[in-house]
Amino acid sequence: MTDTSETAVAPRVSDGALRGQLKRLRQGDKGLLPILLGLIVLVIYFEIRNSVFLSSGNLTNLFVQATIFILLAMAEIWLLLLGEIDLSVGFVSALGATTAVILLDNQFHWPWFAALPLAILVTTAIGTMQGFIIIKLRLPSFIVTLAGLLGWEGVLIFFVDRQGTGGTIPVQEKVLYGLVNSNLSPLWTWIFVLACLAVLIYLIVRRDQSRRASGLDAVPQFVTIAKAVTLLVAGIVLVLIFNKNRGTFTVLEGMPYAIPVDIAMLAAGSFILTRTRAGRYIYAIGGNAEAARRAGVNVNRYRLLAFVFTGFTAGVAGLIYASRLGGISDNVDSNLVLLAVASAVIGGTSLFGGRGKMIHAVIGGLVIATIYNGMALINMSAATQYIATALVLLVAVAMDAVARRGSTPSR
Amino acid sequence: MATTPESTSPNTPPNGVSVSGDSGAAPSALLSLRGITKSFGAVEALKHVDLDIPAGEVTALIGDNGAGKSTLIKAIAGIYAPTSGEIFWEGRKVNLHTPRDAENLGIATVYQDLALCDNLDIVQNMYLGHEESRHLTLDEIKMELNTKRVLSELSVSTVQSVRQLVGSLSGGQRQAIAVARAVMHESKLVIMDEPTAALGVSQTAQVLDLIKRLASRGIAVLVISHNLVDVFEVADRIAVMYLGNLVSSGPAANYDTSSAVEIITTGGSRADAAASFK
Repeated sequence: MTDTSETAVAPRVSDGALRGQLKRLRQGDKGLLPILLGLIVLVIYFEIRNSVFLSSGNLTNLFVQATIFILLAMAEIWLLLLGEIDLSVGFVSALGATTAVILLDNQFHWPWFAALPLAILVTTAIGTMQGFIIIKLRLPSFIVTLAGLLGWEGVLIFFVDRQGTGGTIPVQEKVLYGLVNSNLSPLWTWIFVLACLAVLIYLIVRRDQSRRASGLDAVPQFVTIAKAVTLLVAGIVLVLIFNKNRGTFTVLEGMPYAIPVDIAMLAAGSFILTRTRAGRYIYAIGGNAEAARRAGVNVNRYRLLAFVFTGFTAGVAGLIYASRLGGISDNVDSNLVLLAVASAVIGGTSLFGGRGKMIHAVIGGLVIATIYNGMALINMSAATQYIATALVLLVAVAMDAVARRGSTPSR
Repeated sequence: MATTPESTSPNTPPNGVSVSGDSGAAPSALLSLRGITKSFGAVEALKHVDLDIPAGEVTALIGDNGAGKSTLIKAIAGIYAPTSGEIFWEGRKVNLHTPRDAENLGIATVYQDLALCDNLDIVQNMYLGHEESRHLTLDEIKMELNTKRVLSELSVSTVQSVRQLVGSLSGGQRQAIAVARAVMHESKLVIMDEPTAALGVSQTAQVLDLIKRLASRGIAVLVISHNLVDVFEVADRIAVMYLGNLVSSGPAANYDTSSAVEIITTGGSRADAAASFK
């Protein structure tokens, strides 16, 4: 309990934007800088060891690999923000994918626009149901979703094996298959990326302007400009990577459809978390549920909502998963959920609730994909891959815990 | 009865809206409790409590542990419905069944543990549960401007930025934010449970200052405190509880530390206490 801080600081309520940023950094909102630097170090290392790494073909492949981690991590972040966890998310998403694949199959012949939404509906319903049990019976999410981890795998195996196709159901339908394996044309890639950048930069600039117009602290203009230029450059580099012909026998160019799916989920998730009451309440509940309850927030409603969002996001992830594997088998990688949580935490989301952003899923997913992709390229054994991922996760969790300690001052 | 300025006998029948027989002549009360009783099973935590809380004044509620102070403020805050008795708000009889009922009347409670979210910034905490929105999205600018206005009106000047996370604030600053939040929603009565309990010397002074400023703005303040120095520093009126009874109340000027201590520990003068236990 120290009383010094208050008398020591100068009494001023203005001009704190930049200093506030620094303070937040120290408090544990460490920002994306450290992990981005880590990512760059990884990239440089793998490129030195094998120059294929930075080829456009491999990078596109890396982005697609990352997509599944990114989407599952997004699903997980909804709950991590509440201080909850969903261990079943991997099998739930695979179960959604199974639904889609079976319905699109020769036997049922559902059109994609009916089968894909229904698959997402199934995972959303599962997420809602698990959330309902956790909230109504006041059970720990860890245990209920651990039951889910086992139970949904059983359901998955049951349905896949019942098809009598030898434990694997291939995707034959074009739209689902094309999610990962077809590309926007180079022109549409340009249009899509530039449109996204235009919207993003417009939002950033407008926010700064309206803050200035209202006489509030805003970051200096050069920071805004630097941010916009960085985004623009990053976007253009991305387009150049995707639009380079990476085919050997045929022309293969443009952005895989999976990437816009990622971006749409990122945009929607970030919007809900930062611009709506629901998002604000999810943070508040994760920070101090009792405070939220006393402030009149219907805590259980918003906790359930997070489970609904997790189920929905898991459904989208499942479709990408099935598309990438070209089918669904009764042997789904049970590490998926662990890698999803790892992605979220490596990106900067706290395991203890209340701190995290959707963009963390993207950064963390890219880190995990980079490790797997790069290690495969330099022929490292599976053993080494696991150990390396474990070390990265451990470092990320340790940083999270240290940051958490830093953010709670002695009182 | 020499040390007891005026003793409201716990068994005085409720006398309706009219101001109770305090010789201190309380100004027309914002909130009046008449015959409030609260039982938990066989235990009577509150026994026929009568209390008037006037606007624009600081009323200190004092008493030993287990005297019923917390139960009383929970009844006012709508957390416990009283077993019997009546509550009058601005002369009108009201029922307070939920915290929302109390909040809608203009009763705000600042709890001892403050109920702030460390992971949210000052603006987000100030507006938690009452967010302003525009076109379906949160209106951050309006909320930030209002927060700055309220903080400067209350002369809370020690925070660097209203976008600072509350987790980074000192105890006194957190208390100030919790109070400012209570005031911001047009509250007429602010209840504070041990506002200075965890604070150092300079922060205590700041919070006491803040309490006085609230009263000078016409807000009624009800403060629970164990610290008699603080109580005599800020209170305009004092009410003493003893074993579920409100044994004494009146203007703070009628009490001094030794008389207050005696009432807290014995429930009245020694003679009274002896009488009540015979």
